[in-house]
Amino acid sequence: MFTTIARRLSPFFVKHQLNFKRPIKTLLPVLGFLLSFNVLAELRGTGDLGIVIEREAGAALIINTSQRTQLAKITNLGDLSHASVVFSRDQRYAFIFGRDGGLSKIDLLQDKLDKRIIQAGNSIGGAISQDGKLIAVSNYTPGGVKVFSSDTLELVADIPATYADGKLSKVVGLVDAPGQRFVFSLFDAGEIWTLDLKNPQNPLIEKFKNIGKLPYDALITPDGHYYIAGLFGESGLALLDLWNTQLGIKRILPDYVKSEEKLPVYKMPHLEGWAVADDYVFVPAIGKHEVLVLNKQNWTLVKAIPVPGQPVFVMARPDGRQVWVNFAMPDNHQLQVIDVKDLSLSKNLSPGKAVLHMEFTPRGEQVWVAVRDDNQVVIYDTETLQEITRLPAEKPNGIFFSARANKIGL
Amino acid sequence: MLALIGRYNYFLGGLFLVFLSGVMQPVLAAEPSSARQNELLALLKNDCGACHGLTLQGGMGPALLPETLSGKPDDFLVATILNGRKGTAMPPWQTFMTQDDALWLVHVLRKNKQ
Repeated sequence: MFTTIARRLSPFFVKHQLNFKRPIKTLLPVLGFLLSFNVLAELRGTGDLGIVIEREAGAALIINTSQRTQLAKITNLGDLSHASVVFSRDQRYAFIFGRDGGLSKIDLLQDKLDKRIIQAGNSIGGAISQDGKLIAVSNYTPGGVKVFSSDTLELVADIPATYADGKLSKVVGLVDAPGQRFVFSLFDAGEIWTLDLKNPQNPLIEKFKNIGKLPYDALITPDGHYYIAGLFGESGLALLDLWNTQLGIKRILPDYVKSEEKLPVYKMPHLEGWAVADDYVFVPAIGKHEVLVLNKQNWTLVKAIPVPGQPVFVMARPDGRQVWVNFAMPDNHQLQVIDVKDLSLSKNLSPGKAVLHMEFTPRGEQVWVAVRDDNQVVIYDTETLQEITRLPAEKPNGIFFSARANKIGL
Repeated sequence: MLALIGRYNYFLGGLFLVFLSGVMQPVLAAEPSSARQNELLALLKNDCGACHGLTLQGGMGPALLPETLSGKPDDFLVATILNGRKGTAMPPWQTFMTQDDALWLVHVLRKNKQ
């Protein structure tokens, strides 16, 4: 191969009178040319790539979801014990939000860390704006939201989550919304804020107070119409209609779980993800081992599906036919599949020890599952519910595919 | 025969000393076995770490660093671990560990160097 290329290039050498008697000086540009040729040979699209987070190693694996291979491992990304990822709209860059306030920009084309900043002391997640130009991060310490240029990671806006007498609240459930907005919840304050950044120099904030105690996470429906925060401090959820914000907050299922019957929660559920399927919204009950099915038109309870543990992620397959559920410890070896057609459990899978997260391929024919204590990512065929293969990963806790780039709220 | 009794007494005395040390020093509770210690450390990293952070610098739950725990007595921390804290996200862990386990974890946290 090498000699063939060299032979083909020989007219080039002659033309430019390269002198082979001075090997180093002459060969350097030639080698450089050949190396660049090599890079060209590895052209790749990023639309079927993804990131697997390695919790303790503080590393991110770049994976190809079609080939089911690992392409690269990016290290030194800090504390990724809780990490989430958003993608630039060209799907070239992944932005990783670490627990320690780290914000890392990974280049999926070149397998390298492009930029990294420590933007806070303790953070929980982030979002990318509608136009892809802004990255917002929700922070616990100092409580608030910081907004950065997705290009340079320079600070664009700093929004402290101030409440009561100047205290700062932890911020959770940060999502992007249409109209160049972000929406988030204040854990300690029990508030929902919308942040309009059409003019980043003049951020417009609208605050909704008394939404309920201790909102722990939130989701936005795939159409960007509704923002729903789950409450930990009391029963139910808080709903904000983003088309009609003047209506204020509507409480869903305010009396569902009585505090005296509440079971201990050994891991906070996550609402991020597509939990909207058919005419329903699927949410984890808190302190009750059930997945709640809500009617999307009137927000009443359609059904409570009993499950074997405290649900953590309740995620709909992209076509909405199935909903997959994982659980808090000590039931975190299981994975349940709900058939949306008749709202019944169709299978209980046991992928391994500590099933932490799952991610569907863009059109949902496969689901990738992070199994922390087995150091594996398990891939299932969602139609047959059979395992396809397992990939090694060190204590994986999150899987994020670049198809998220073009989805509201992810 | 005498020699035999003497040896027996010595054995009994030893037993008594072991018993005494158990009664007199209740704070130095039985240390978990090394296998159990590994389980507890994994629990600390994975499950406590889910809310308090992998490096225990806090998250939804407060930091569990030696300086943040320094003003709080062992009993209080052990009770918090075993019974949880009402009105917060801290659940009771008593189904997963004994009092001795919890006390050992408190000592681990106090000595923890970042």
